[in-house]
Amino acid sequence: MTTVDTATPRHAAAPVPRKRKRRIGPISLSALTWVIAILFVFPLIWMVLTSFKQEADAYTDPPKLVFGPTLDQFAGVIDRGFLPYLANSAFVTVLVVLIVLIFAIPAAYALSIAPVKGTTNALGFFLSTKMLPIVAAIIPLYVISQNLKLLDNVWALVILYTSMNLPLAIWMMRSFFLEVPTEMMEAARVDGANLPTLLYKIILPVVAPGIAATALICVIFSWTEFFYAVNLTAARAGTVPVFLVGFITSEGLYWAQLAAAALLASLPVMIVGWIAQNHLVRGLSMGAVK
Amino acid sequence: MTSSVLPSNVAAPATATPANKQASAKSAAWRRRLPLLPALIFTIVVTQIPFVLTVVYSFQSWNLVRPGSRHFVWLQNYVDVFVDSQFRTALLNTVLLTVFSVLVSMLLGLGLALLLDRKMIGRGVVRTLLITPFLILPAAGALLWKTTMFDPTYGLLNFVFGGNTDWLAEWPLTSVIAQIVWQWTPFMMLLILAGLQSQSKEVLEAAQVDGANRWRTFASITLPQLSRYLQLATLLGAIYIVNSFDAIFLMTQGGPGTASTNLPFYIYQRAFQGFDIGQSSAMGVVVVILTMIVATFALRLMFRTFSVTGGVK
Amino acid sequence: MRKALTLFLVAALLGVAGCAGAGAVGAGGRTLVVAIVANPQMQDAISLSGQFERDTGITLRFVTLPENQARAKITASVATGGGEFDVVMISNYETPQWAKNGWLENLEPYLKESQGYDENDFIPSIRTSLSYQDSLYAVPFYGESSFLAYRKDLFDAAGLTMPAHPTWQEVAGFAAKLDDDAKDVAGICLRGKPGWGESLAPFTTVANTFGASWFDEDWNARLNTPEFKKAAQFYVDLVREHGEVGASSAGFSECGTRYGQGQAAMWYDATVMAGTNEDESSSKIVGKSGYVAAPVEQTRSSGWLYTWALAMPKVTQDKQGAWEFMKWMTDKQFVKSVGTEFGWNRVPPGCRASTYDIPEYTEAAKAYAQPTLDAINEATQQNAMAHPVPYPGIQFVGIPEFQDLGTRVSQQLSAAIAGQITVDEALAQSQEYADTVGQAYRETR
Repeated sequence: MTTVDTATPRHAAAPVPRKRKRRIGPISLSALTWVIAILFVFPLIWMVLTSFKQEADAYTDPPKLVFGPTLDQFAGVIDRGFLPYLANSAFVTVLVVLIVLIFAIPAAYALSIAPVKGTTNALGFFLSTKMLPIVAAIIPLYVISQNLKLLDNVWALVILYTSMNLPLAIWMMRSFFLEVPTEMMEAARVDGANLPTLLYKIILPVVAPGIAATALICVIFSWTEFFYAVNLTAARAGTVPVFLVGFITSEGLYWAQLAAAALLASLPVMIVGWIAQNHLVRGLSMGAVK
Repeated sequence: MTSSVLPSNVAAPATATPANKQASAKSAAWRRRLPLLPALIFTIVVTQIPFVLTVVYSFQSWNLVRPGSRHFVWLQNYVDVFVDSQFRTALLNTVLLTVFSVLVSMLLGLGLALLLDRKMIGRGVVRTLLITPFLILPAAGALLWKTTMFDPTYGLLNFVFGGNTDWLAEWPLTSVIAQIVWQWTPFMMLLILAGLQSQSKEVLEAAQVDGANRWRTFASITLPQLSRYLQLATLLGAIYIVNSFDAIFLMTQGGPGTASTNLPFYIYQRAFQGFDIGQSSAMGVVVVILTMIVATFALRLMFRTFSVTGGVK
Repeated sequence: MRKALTLFLVAALLGVAGCAGAGAVGAGGRTLVVAIVANPQMQDAISLSGQFERDTGITLRFVTLPENQARAKITASVATGGGEFDVVMISNYETPQWAKNGWLENLEPYLKESQGYDENDFIPSIRTSLSYQDSLYAVPFYGESSFLAYRKDLFDAAGLTMPAHPTWQEVAGFAAKLDDDAKDVAGICLRGKPGWGESLAPFTTVANTFGASWFDEDWNARLNTPEFKKAAQFYVDLVREHGEVGASSAGFSECGTRYGQGQAAMWYDATVMAGTNEDESSSKIVGKSGYVAAPVEQTRSSGWLYTWALAMPKVTQDKQGAWEFMKWMTDKQFVKSVGTEFGWNRVPPGCRASTYDIPEYTEAAKAYAQPTLDAINEATQQNAMAHPVPYPGIQFVGIPEFQDLGTRVSQQLSAAIAGQITVDEALAQSQEYADTVGQAYRETR
């Protein structure tokens, strides 16, 4: 620990701007960042462009930048009954994130701040549950779901995705919990704070950005999970990836439609990502000072 | 897993908490376990039951489309797994795929995180842009790369670099790695960014005041601080990337030949083309065992290399 | 704030979507779940299904998946008696096998009580391929064989004429002459993508007409015979020298794209390709193609036989309702509805002879209707193969193991096309795979 004056009230200190007197000026570094970002997501930009094309325009050599845009593909996607799949995905994702957080936060607490005997064993166990390739478990899961009458039911997905995301959430949250400075907690304990107060007033504000990051990643994994969704659902409980994959036909052109569908399918997650990101930033800039 | 080298830099005195005053040490320990129990019990129930079933199936010879052929053959499936040369190829491919994907995406993620860890115009927008590849469905991402980037005639790569290279046929594993790296770099970036932005600003300023240049600051202060996040990112990334399936299924179908078949895809082929449930279950169990062995060694190695000594912050 | 927002979202979504999973949405009437493959013709059926729902009061729910996934899912469901699907779309590959396993409902009683359905209208070869012990177990939705499409304009420009029944040697000659690297036009487009239903379909027909076969009547694997080697060498060489770029990962879609964008002079593939080639919204070469019979060498004909058909798993509860739907989607009226609604080019081809009597259809499908019908009529093992074989199927081996065996062999073939291994190496490995399978059959005979 460095000899930083811990008496400075944390939230009151304004973040001191870090001046960088470097050879590469800040503006050109920003420009570089922008260029890299655009290049990196260029395939996505292309996908967005393609979603406005007619199928014939989507398969051209050389690739077309100028073309007659159309909203047909989007209309076609919605006509194909996109909304029920969207609702299912939303339902599953929201539930999974909630349940995962409810389970993972106490578990991570127990594995970091107030470690129990066998912490490493528990951590190792959680990690080991991710080692079985999901492909190998699909038939047993199918048979179990059949017997429990959970086939084509969103609850099967909720349960499965929760178990898939719990290890990740626990490991991540644990990392963030370990960042909570001990002096803060000691001070609070000495002041007579009990566990709930400790949790809410001291720990949570510090790990809030961590929770946001974990929640975001859980959202992403639940929204985009494909294999179980395709195999364990049919007509009623299909999620967005199942819908998307239905556009892939072996005897026809489908790329523009698929691009439109993929765009619509990713939009909710992108919006969530944007919101969670803001909270992440806000939380980080408030709680980063130790 | 009994590796006991996890750094625990938080000492929790058992006697000071007021709640434990009247309870005996044993019940105190149980109360401490309580928060862990819901997650633990849930996970055990939901993951171990299918796993046990998988093991049971792995001892049987069971072909789904040949009804009446199901019977116990015990370890025969496992013998077949090790004799199968395609399994070894798939194993090698999986290792190559995982190692390179994780390394490259982490380096890229680190670079991007460092670039983003500054105040700049539109930082939020850039960050959102950079996360996006991780937000689109892996299936859509794989198809995207297959049709718009790798296609020999209509793809952008050939448009930019010229030539008629059939990327997916001539460089199958590399192409798959490229696609996976593209998809996972944002994940790495996000984790590392969280780590970077939780650095103590006072420490960094103190270092600057002390006259350390940027590289020294990075090497002696930032990197050790980041080590926890790097470890986490590597570990989680590896676990997920080992199980990569969508990219291979949609881009190369494991080909040409078996050049880009990895273990999950091979298991899929056994299970859904061959409908050989016994064989594919045995393979799944073997993969679990192999992954556990590797993970144990990897964790030990990582923690030893990057150990946070004395809690340097 | 974030917590409140989340809770609100949860409440709203629970209200809206909660019923989506746990219980069935919709009025308490009959519902049918239909599993189909994501092909354009099926899409048209879905679009028209509103009519069926209105007439019968049965609600339809479609599960659309790409071919690979659909197959895997439907097989897993039917084999384990999962019961998620009331009607499934399968092909003439699965039907005889599943009928034999007792997984499908025998449709003869339903046919008998359906006046006017006219199952005798089905093209005989198609009907036989969906039967087991003389009973029909699936009703065909559309059928296909294979033939050769060629660009009449390119042939004219080069002063070449395509004979009515070309041989493969002739076709190879044409491909060599028309292969134009400068203009990025391949001499011929042939599938090279791994998959028992992808590259192996055209390849097996080539092997058949070169006098080879997968197994002989005693179930010995015959992939190492001189005829098979000759066929494989021919196919691989043709694709590598005059075929499309990226051949080793080109399936029907990819070839269709190339040919439709004018980048190949010939294309040997399924007869349904004509629909895509002549579709103005996606093809640049409408009206420029001629269609002739699949090239031969030693046999009378060479086209394959494939059909997507609707079947009823035995565990279906509402069997009468399921039959109503199957009947609706495959009867003469449906053909007319698609024709008038979407255009006669989109009519499901190749299963009812009466379709080819509709004047509007023969007019719109002038270029390819007759060749298609001929190809399907001719597609029998007697015509397409040089020797008898102990299994059903022309371009596939109608045994359960073939999905796996075929895919593994096609991967070897695809590697040979990519130039990573030689044809001999590919065949040596393939022979091993096939022999393992053959052995199981030799033992149980």
